[in-house]
Amino acid sequence: MDNAIEVQGLVRDFAATRAVDGVDLRVPTGQVLGLLGPNGAGKTTVVRMLATLLAPTAGTARVGGFDVAREAARVREIIGLTGQYASVDEKLTGRENLILIARLLGLKRADARARADALLADFSLQEAGRRPAQTYSGGMRRRLDLAASLVGRPRILFLDEPSTGLDPRARRDLWERVRQLQAAGTTVLLTTQYLEEADALADSIVVLDQGRVIAEGTAAELKARVGARSLYVTVADPATSDRAAGIVTGLAGRPAQVEGAQISAPVQDAGLLPAVLRRLDDAGIEVVDLGLRGASLDDVFLSLTGRSGAGHAEPDAGEDAA
Amino acid sequence: MNAIDQTLALAWRSLVQVRRNPWELGDYSIQPILFLVLFLFVFGGAIAGSPENYLAFVLPGVIVMNMLFVTVYVGHGLNTDLTRGVFDRFRALPIPRWAPLAGRILADVVKQLLCIALLLIVGFLLGFRLETSWAHLLAMVALVLSFAVAFSWVMVLVGVIARDPEHVQLFGFTALFPVTFVSSAFVPVDTMPTWLQGFVQANPVSLLAEAARALMNADGPALQPALWSLAWALGIAGVFAPLSVYALNRRLARG
Repeated sequence: MDNAIEVQGLVRDFAATRAVDGVDLRVPTGQVLGLLGPNGAGKTTVVRMLATLLAPTAGTARVGGFDVAREAARVREIIGLTGQYASVDEKLTGRENLILIARLLGLKRADARARADALLADFSLQEAGRRPAQTYSGGMRRRLDLAASLVGRPRILFLDEPSTGLDPRARRDLWERVRQLQAAGTTVLLTTQYLEEADALADSIVVLDQGRVIAEGTAAELKARVGARSLYVTVADPATSDRAAGIVTGLAGRPAQVEGAQISAPVQDAGLLPAVLRRLDDAGIEVVDLGLRGASLDDVFLSLTGRSGAGHAEPDAGEDAA
Repeated sequence: MNAIDQTLALAWRSLVQVRRNPWELGDYSIQPILFLVLFLFVFGGAIAGSPENYLAFVLPGVIVMNMLFVTVYVGHGLNTDLTRGVFDRFRALPIPRWAPLAGRILADVVKQLLCIALLLIVGFLLGFRLETSWAHLLAMVALVLSFAVAFSWVMVLVGVIARDPEHVQLFGFTALFPVTFVSSAFVPVDTMPTWLQGFVQANPVSLLAEAARALMNADGPALQPALWSLAWALGIAGVFAPLSVYALNRRLARG
């Protein structure tokens, strides 16, 4: 299969720091790659280099077959970019923003208007399209950002932390749109801090830490290494935490983490819950809260690096069992 | 021709923005009129004996001052684009590298033209009469616009260096006030202390105001101050354009 994105030994230095330290990536045409990592892992720097916004210090990157350094103009013709830094003009209406980009991409006035209106309809922004973007809610704003990056019907789309700051409903809506694009054959590289998001959207996942790739594979492969979910127990008396952790470790088969009165461990099987509760009860440990949450980036990091990586991992409220 | 279309689209966008920026709109409309009327009726009697006598002197001066203040918005707009991420969106599009800047400066020229026209109309309503010809008036407009384009590069540099748009405005106006007022734009230079006269006479604001005055009132030689103004314009652009581009590339390379 053809690769839409091919990256070899990509390096980027800022002054004395090496933000990206020899990254290799391959995204087959039409697939979605999730670039997963905590803040400061180098995700955004990678995307900025692939989108021709930043020159690599070393290494090569080809997007759609074009070299990002030597054929930047060709790359720009086939990519779309959405991120915190590739934004719309807040003083312009949604419609004006889309028309501007369409005009910049060479569409005639009438065609630009038609394209803008079609996208506004597509993204349920017809009403809002007449208002300045500065009046938009977070979710509307992100939809407009995405619409703006699709004006040129890009073959390759970069989404940098597309759901950061969105409420769950807006996030699901955004995911649905990414799936539609994927179904239409668009190659997508998305960065995220959430394993859940990478899991929901990506065909394959690359985990980035301190500018390096520390793991890659499908969501299933990563989960097999990490545990799909995390079991957590909150005990009434923090003094019993360590004993509880011992019991959880024994049942989960992986070392449990203790934080105050809360114990957590990655697990594969939700069926463990009753057993854990029974054993804790047998040991006379009083349990306040017990449940499962989606494996967080923290869990991935813990199991891949042995240290806690991200402070922003998000518990999945939908799977709270206790 | 594509690059021209793209520059025009970007200039259009800078102009559309003004609608939703009441402060900026006020700076292009209310402020210049306010300055003209204030100067005329407050200082006119003291400086020229009467507001009527002062009008021909002060109108070209206000045109020059307002031109300088309007250029601040080139830096302000550029900084907004840089800090809010609009600039990166443009950079990821297949358009020439210089198009966003060119679009902004082109929009600035349109704004400048509108301001000059507005000031001339208000001037005429207040009783100003052109003593030269329409050709001279056009030459005045062309001269002021050329200086504006050159001076925009100073504001581009400020826009690239400043942390946020508010700082651009703060720095821009703080720097412009002394340069504008320590000039012969509003007051004849021979009324000032001798130690100040040297600076005032070399100040491009004085030279430009003098040239504009001569081109509108036929009250002195126009060619010499006009040439000196153009020399200043070239010098300013020659220094600040490369500096701005250098600073911009540095800022963009920071990530």
